[in-house]
Amino acid sequence: MIRRAAPLLSVFALLLVVWYVAAVWLNLDLARTLADDDATPRQIWLATLAQDRPLLPAPHQIIVEMWTSIFDHPVTSAKSLVLHAAVTAYAAALGLAIALVLGIVLAVGIVHVRTLDRSLMLWIIASQTVPILAIAPMVVVVLGNAGLTGVLPKALIAGYLSFFPIATGMVKGLRSPDPMQRDLMRTYSASGVQVFARLRWPASMAFLFPALKVAATLALVGAIVAELPTGAQAGLGARLLSGSYYGQTLQIWAALFMASLLALLAVALVDLLQLGLVRQRGGRL
Amino acid sequence: MAVDLVMAPAAASARAAASIVVEAADLAIAFESGGQRTTALEGVSLAINRGSFVSLIGPSGCGKTTLLRAIADLEQPTSGRLTVNGMSPERARLERAYGYVFQAPALYPWRSVERNVMLPLEIMGMAAAERRQRAARYLDLVGLGEFRRRFPWQLSGGMQQRVSIARALSFEPALLLMDEPFGALDEITRDGLNLHLHQLWRSTGMTAVFVTHSIPEAVYLSTRIVVMSPRPGKVVEVIDVDLAAERDLDIRESPAFLRVAHRVREALRAGHSYD
Amino acid sequence: MSAGVALLLLAIFGPLGLALLSRGEGWAARVATPLLFGAMVLAAWQIVCVGFGVPSILLPAPSQIVVAFGTHLSTLGVDFVQTVLRAVLPGWAIGSAAGLLAALLLDRSAFLRRGVLPLGSLVSAMPVVGIAPIMVMWFGFDWQSKAAVVVVMTFFPMLVNALAGLESTGAMERDLMRSYGARDWQTMLKLRLPNALPFVFTALKLNSTLALIGGIVAEFFGTPIVGMGFRISTEVARMNLDVVWAEIVMAALVGSLSFAALALIERAVTFWHPSFRE
Repeated sequence: MIRRAAPLLSVFALLLVVWYVAAVWLNLDLARTLADDDATPRQIWLATLAQDRPLLPAPHQIIVEMWTSIFDHPVTSAKSLVLHAAVTAYAAALGLAIALVLGIVLAVGIVHVRTLDRSLMLWIIASQTVPILAIAPMVVVVLGNAGLTGVLPKALIAGYLSFFPIATGMVKGLRSPDPMQRDLMRTYSASGVQVFARLRWPASMAFLFPALKVAATLALVGAIVAELPTGAQAGLGARLLSGSYYGQTLQIWAALFMASLLALLAVALVDLLQLGLVRQRGGRL
Repeated sequence: MAVDLVMAPAAASARAAASIVVEAADLAIAFESGGQRTTALEGVSLAINRGSFVSLIGPSGCGKTTLLRAIADLEQPTSGRLTVNGMSPERARLERAYGYVFQAPALYPWRSVERNVMLPLEIMGMAAAERRQRAARYLDLVGLGEFRRRFPWQLSGGMQQRVSIARALSFEPALLLMDEPFGALDEITRDGLNLHLHQLWRSTGMTAVFVTHSIPEAVYLSTRIVVMSPRPGKVVEVIDVDLAAERDLDIRESPAFLRVAHRVREALRAGHSYD
Repeated sequence: MSAGVALLLLAIFGPLGLALLSRGEGWAARVATPLLFGAMVLAAWQIVCVGFGVPSILLPAPSQIVVAFGTHLSTLGVDFVQTVLRAVLPGWAIGSAAGLLAALLLDRSAFLRRGVLPLGSLVSAMPVVGIAPIMVMWFGFDWQSKAAVVVVMTFFPMLVNALAGLESTGAMERDLMRSYGARDWQTMLKLRLPNALPFVFTALKLNSTLALIGGIVAEFFGTPIVGMGFRISTEVARMNLDVVWAEIVMAALVGSLSFAALALIERAVTFWHPSFRE
């Protein structure tokens, strides 16, 4: 435990030091211009770490900002970071759920129906090389024109992004049983459904979970970016954008940290689900 | 009685020291993992003469590979003394005194067969023309001259292992260390390679240390067989192979051959290898 | 009415054609099937848009997008230069090179590696595009801030992959180098770097997509009046969807072509890797 924690903590400490040095260095000009004429160098140094709109906020400023925006406002207030995080997380989760269902259904189809495999697989693979996120603003606006607003357009974008890793992962996973394992099922003259339920599906889990982690992160990115074009009122993307407009660096950093926390939480949740399955399977996926 | 199993190291060095290539005295090697100490080798004393072909045989876990790796300076002895050519294993390694052949060919897939054989020569700083010449010579020697432009993965397993032997020979070491080089091959391929290796050893006159768990292979190839037993790894017996120097594959059906094989099996049994 | 009939015919004969074509063996059938599918999607799209009079502020027909691509070619060119050549390409190159260099340095210290590696995977899980507004604040509205976003986005995937590649060398191969008394730099040059190449290419390919996403999305946070992301966000607001689609087509082309180019180079350089052997 200590062997593992020591390097991590050292690197973390080093990062903090670098961050503080960088904050002082980057904010020095700002602190100088804002300081009183008779300010001592020491006062100016300290001021670099206490600016309202610093070029680079010090870590403790971000933590304080996060603390106040989480705990000092009611959850329903527009100033509450919890509200914004929840709005984004809701869209991402909804999108992920859509992607999970569609991705698995399509993967099952591709594995079992040759026509689907031949028609779709190339496009699914090719789409991973394309910056799909670029269509996010258009989807939001077009759906808005068609009368669809609120969480659904965001969820659709989040789902669209996370759909591809799930579909490709599941196709790989459902195809992962080796010929010997499949031949075994043949010797039992097992039906297609039996082969699926007893071989392909269990085997695909080792591929589903890694895909799910990637997909969860992408869903979050999708939801955040989907909040940019419409000038959404709530959500982490909206916080980033308004912070960017008004030069509220602390707000940007707090939103960014919150987004990272959400991503970590999502990955941890998938890990937890995976752990449950791993336990059931005697320690291996 | 085995001349090269020496219980008293002082006596060993008194004897013709120049003819001894590898000498171990009361060698012990232990591994530490997760707070648990496993003794891989204990009290191993042994001398290997110049020009001999010595096999280390024993069941899994008897430390035969560990002993070979210690000679190659790939493992560090916990106690005891070990010299190679009268030097520490590390000096011997840095002076490129031995060639090592692993259980798998360990060829680099991005290099052609020829460039694989030239790899140690590049590292040792040999001129390009000489490198090419050496590679050609030793690939011819293992019978793969015409495959030099191919890539390892385009060759069969047996051919790959022959390339790796050519690679070990290419810098002409006085000592060839082999760790179950044919263990992963089918028996027919293995027979062919045994014949090949025997002729190679006869023609070069080098010293060879060979780890195996096949009794016929050990008897066929060796001038001496060191039988080892597990938990902890120890030398049970050293058996001289008094067969003709020139051997073909048919010798394995001769009574003399079977007698030696029987002695090896008895020694293994005495070392509780079949328990 | 005739559009309905056309759509019906497409819905009946299209899948039939796909089913027949997908029975074929050989590469011709393998290529033709997805192409036919793509053509069917385009045809259906065209029929729906034209036949049912879908307003182009909702969905322009493929033909309109092609026309827009032609008429706005100069705009597209300017945007391409701004986003791809000025921001994405240098950012991708710098970020990937820095990641590789960092991996080579970290390789020297097991302690640092154990500390940085979890951090690297942590960052990989984060929505890194979110740093775009900060980079705009630091480096201004022009391409520099976009390149900076791309550098940050591409750095960690390369670091993590390259480190994994350097670690992936087999014990036997390393023992072999040791038995030759090879120096560290010799082992690096002759064994570990070539062995890590497939990992490096994986990162380069992944990064090419990430870089394009970073470059475009970063422009949503403000740019001078040029660039693919800028064009997409402003023309969406002005309901010129055909221009937006033209930009998206260009982004898709740039993305898939650069990926394909990298894949070709990879094939030439790491021909020996099991995934390419014939």
